[in-house]
Amino acid sequence: MAETAIVEHEVHHPALQHHFENLEQQREAGTLGMWVFLVTEMMFFGGMFMAYTLYRYKYGLAFASASNHLSWKLGAFNTAVLIISSFTMAFAVYNAQIGKQRRLIVSLAITILLGLTFLGVKAVEYHDKYEDHLIPGRLFPGNPFNPSTIHLLPGASAQNTEIFYWLYFAMTGMHALHMVIGVGLLSVILFFSVRGRYGPEYHNPVEVSGLYWHFVDLIWIFLFPLLYLLGRHMEHGG
Amino acid sequence: MRAIEAFEPPLPSKVNYINAQYGLKSWLLTKDHKRIALLYLGSVTLFFFFGGIYAMLIRIELLTPRGDFLSSATYNKVFTQHGILMIFFFLIPAIPATLGNFLVPMMIGAKDLAFPRINLLSWYIYLVGGTITIYALLAGGVDTGWTFYAPYSTTFSNSYVVLTGVGIFISGFSSILTGLNFIVTIHTMRAPGMTWFRLPLFIWSHYATSLIMILGTPVIAITILLLAFERLAHIGIFDPAIGGDPVLFQHLFWFYSHPAVYIMILPGMGVVSELIANFSRKNIFGYKFVAFSSLAIAIFGFLVWGHHMFVSGQSVYAGMIFSFLSFAVAIPSAVKVFNWTATLYKGSISYDTPMLYALGFIGLFLIGGMTGLFLASIAIDVHVTDTYFVVAHFHYIMVGGTLLAYLGGLHYWWPKISGRMYPEGWARFAALVVFVGFNLTFLPQFVAGYLGMPRRYHAYPPEFQVFNVLSSAGASILGTGTLIPLVYLIWSMRYGRHAEANPWNLPGLEWRTQSPPPTENFIVSPVVTWEAYEFASPDEMEVVGTRHAARFEDAEAPAGGD
Amino acid sequence: METGWISWLPEAASTMASKVDALFFYLSGVTAFFTLLISGVLIFFVIRYRRRSPFEIPRPVAGSHKLETIWSVIPFVIAMSMFVWATQLYFQQVRSPKLATEVYVVGKQWMWKVQHSTGQREINELHVPKGRKIRLIMTSEDTIHSFFIPAFRIKADVLPGRYTDQWFEATKTGTFHLFCAEYCGMNHSGMIGSVVVMEPREFDNWLTGNGGNQSPAVAGQQLFQSLGCASCHGVNGEGGRGPTLAGLFGKQTLLTNGQSVIADEGYIRESIVNPQAKIVAGFTPIMPTFQGQVSEDQVLQLLAFIKSLHIVNPQQPVPAASPVNTRSQTAATPPPNLK
Repeated sequence: MAETAIVEHEVHHPALQHHFENLEQQREAGTLGMWVFLVTEMMFFGGMFMAYTLYRYKYGLAFASASNHLSWKLGAFNTAVLIISSFTMAFAVYNAQIGKQRRLIVSLAITILLGLTFLGVKAVEYHDKYEDHLIPGRLFPGNPFNPSTIHLLPGASAQNTEIFYWLYFAMTGMHALHMVIGVGLLSVILFFSVRGRYGPEYHNPVEVSGLYWHFVDLIWIFLFPLLYLLGRHMEHGG
Repeated sequence: MRAIEAFEPPLPSKVNYINAQYGLKSWLLTKDHKRIALLYLGSVTLFFFFGGIYAMLIRIELLTPRGDFLSSATYNKVFTQHGILMIFFFLIPAIPATLGNFLVPMMIGAKDLAFPRINLLSWYIYLVGGTITIYALLAGGVDTGWTFYAPYSTTFSNSYVVLTGVGIFISGFSSILTGLNFIVTIHTMRAPGMTWFRLPLFIWSHYATSLIMILGTPVIAITILLLAFERLAHIGIFDPAIGGDPVLFQHLFWFYSHPAVYIMILPGMGVVSELIANFSRKNIFGYKFVAFSSLAIAIFGFLVWGHHMFVSGQSVYAGMIFSFLSFAVAIPSAVKVFNWTATLYKGSISYDTPMLYALGFIGLFLIGGMTGLFLASIAIDVHVTDTYFVVAHFHYIMVGGTLLAYLGGLHYWWPKISGRMYPEGWARFAALVVFVGFNLTFLPQFVAGYLGMPRRYHAYPPEFQVFNVLSSAGASILGTGTLIPLVYLIWSMRYGRHAEANPWNLPGLEWRTQSPPPTENFIVSPVVTWEAYEFASPDEMEVVGTRHAARFEDAEAPAGGD
Repeated sequence: METGWISWLPEAASTMASKVDALFFYLSGVTAFFTLLISGVLIFFVIRYRRRSPFEIPRPVAGSHKLETIWSVIPFVIAMSMFVWATQLYFQQVRSPKLATEVYVVGKQWMWKVQHSTGQREINELHVPKGRKIRLIMTSEDTIHSFFIPAFRIKADVLPGRYTDQWFEATKTGTFHLFCAEYCGMNHSGMIGSVVVMEPREFDNWLTGNGGNQSPAVAGQQLFQSLGCASCHGVNGEGGRGPTLAGLFGKQTLLTNGQSVIADEGYIRESIVNPQAKIVAGFTPIMPTFQGQVSEDQVLQLLAFIKSLHIVNPQQPVPAASPVNTRSQTAATPPPNLK
């Protein structure tokens, strides 16, 4: 029949939560939890990628024209910023694992700064769109959508560029929201790192925050070519 | 004879999760999954009766062919709100968030779920979403149908579409977090010896349900967001006037909403597996097949959404593929029904209320499921889609299936949850009333539907009246039947007979601790060395078709108390 | 198979109705069979194996791969029989026969506007002759509706911005229900009407009695002139600055992006309301949009007119269009393939 297990009274790590048997189980649960959460995020963005795929197929030329109007330089700069920030994030996780506190703190701080840089550049881009009357629909009643600033490729319909722009704002807007959450999350991790909470035996929060950050970066790596680079090859001639 | 030995030290403590701490704050800020389950139980019951009131209004209006009870506009809001409340705020959370929350840790031998605070957060999110939705309903309501089809919902409806959408959007996160919690818990917190194939089938079906919750719910979230965008900012996402596609809305909507119906039924199937096995005192026939069929339903369920759109203008070949897959997804469900029936073979079957609900489930789910085949057959679906045939079909599954399973499970685990027994006589009576009332309500609707009565009509041609009168009569019986357990279950919390740790004498892990359990579930952490539903030794296993002299082991009273 | 006499079935008044009913009977039979079988077995087991002593524990029974296979395969085979039968029927339902009389339907909140190709207009009613194949070409002016005739066992959603179609051949005279079957707002239950099936001679009488209206094709021709379409497409659709329309309907058309599409009803409609979406190869995107200037009824009239345009002289090649002010001079642009 069933045997009873004797629960040994061990000295608990202060971070061990009472419903877990040991830190290893807690770490496993935390990591799996973050992965499952990222899967839900993929499905969330997936709906928008689906809509993008459909409308790009239908209105390819309009999309290409609208895409050309975005500043690929700012987009590329932001891409570089995020890729570097993923490196600094990974470095932060590594330092937490080996217990190098100063390097952990500095890496986290740089990652946060890079994230804020990304958001700043996005704000500039959004402002440019506002100036160019490219905010879709009637979100700003005094500044309705007007595609006159877009150079239309032959065969493209001006009306359909509005669809590109709502996709642009929906997708980059959702992404930016996730960046903001990511920056907030990392700030909390930074705060606790300064307090010395993380070390080789316990650094799971840093790891799972890293997972989240990498995921947000990955979404951008898809967004950049799909939104910014559509019609570049068609710009000059033909 | 082999007795199901209790697990606890000889003198159980009088402290349990209910009386461990007193005060509102200890409940509202609890991290105990059992208390959170009770919080959900209260909220879910509230929403059920709220949705039920709307159902009564519908059935009163439909007693007569003319629209003479409610105005057209009001009726449209009433059926919309009936659907929204029942689907998003009752059917989806009912079993997982009450029974699931309570039992998942206990059945696997854990002290709590992996993320207790996220569990509490999921309840608050559910409440916030529910409150916003109720506020929208009371402020003026929404009249788009629970399916919110564009362009009516984006451009033409003058009701609180966005606000209701926000309420549903928020409550979706409650679903996602619950599913996330269950998946991580089942993977990482099983007690030593609890291998995957020793898990109760309740766990398997909640695992499958959680997969759907985490993969499907985000899609309805983004769909609602896009709907809100279009309504507020007049952006053409689904509006054909500026190049949008209204059928795209349907694809996005049903991509979640079809798997959602499996969120509603799979936990019920898990409950039924528990009830059938435990109340016949036998292992489930074909355990692995039942376990894998839950996963198969979850996966296939994502591939059939287009069967809601056969007449929507979608391509003929897409229709064909969706039709084929819809037939395929029926097979795992059929496998379960056969295995449940086979479990009863040479069992020791008791007629306790939970078993009655389980048997009712099998019969009614069978009818509901087979009428689904009518809908999967496109040639018939062309005729019956958007008629009362569909309404009858899904009520057979959701009420005849999920509601019955929920009530059965609630009664089965009531002694564990509350420490009290419910009154068996009243419970059996209520089960009968529910069963009779339910069939009278929905069986005539199949006929009315094939005759051509469309859905969402508040006035109809007089030849449909006889079916509607039967249906409304049944609804009043059904409604009464659901009120009876509400009364006696609440009564039993104070006056019911005290229940011992294992009142049904069963081998499941949850029965090897007190009723009600202590906060940490098990005073001594379990190590599992037995199979699921192991009433007797596996050495005694009989192979179907071989003859065995004695059907039972020696039947004696168990030695020692619980 | 005559099924109309059973009172709990709707009348079967079309060629497809009895076929759908036959499939329905098959499914009902299978459902009844399995319901009775399983319920019967359940009840039998529940009584035969009821608990007789409070502490008895039955032996466990081993599972059986053979049984599992049997009761997976047999239901699958039955399901496939349903699938094959239903899909065959479905193909018959969706393939509109070639020589069908066309009737245009416009749904709007909360009424049905019907226009016969001979000019008769109806509101919430559809008169048809018995024994003739009728094809409905439908669109909506606002939300999604659905055109449902229970007696014919047909239904199809009616969408804004697009045409959908369905066909039937009535086999009985009489008056039958017409319902809107997709929730469309306040008066959804009031968006109902009748389909009146008449003997062919009575129908002809009805036609003459209700004549006096222009046929949609004639109305369309007038619109073609008044809207200025003729200035680019020619008075009889012979072409010019714009592509030739004579003989266009139903033919393959090559577009500037290299794709080739069939010029069906949807294509014609799109070319009127969103001309930039598809540009015919060899032409420039200079056609203005007429969205907002024409109602759905008027689009249907233009469509009827364009369908009626035939090639003037099949021997004489259609003059190649002479694109003026062409910006895109791609190397080998084939002439518009409109034959």
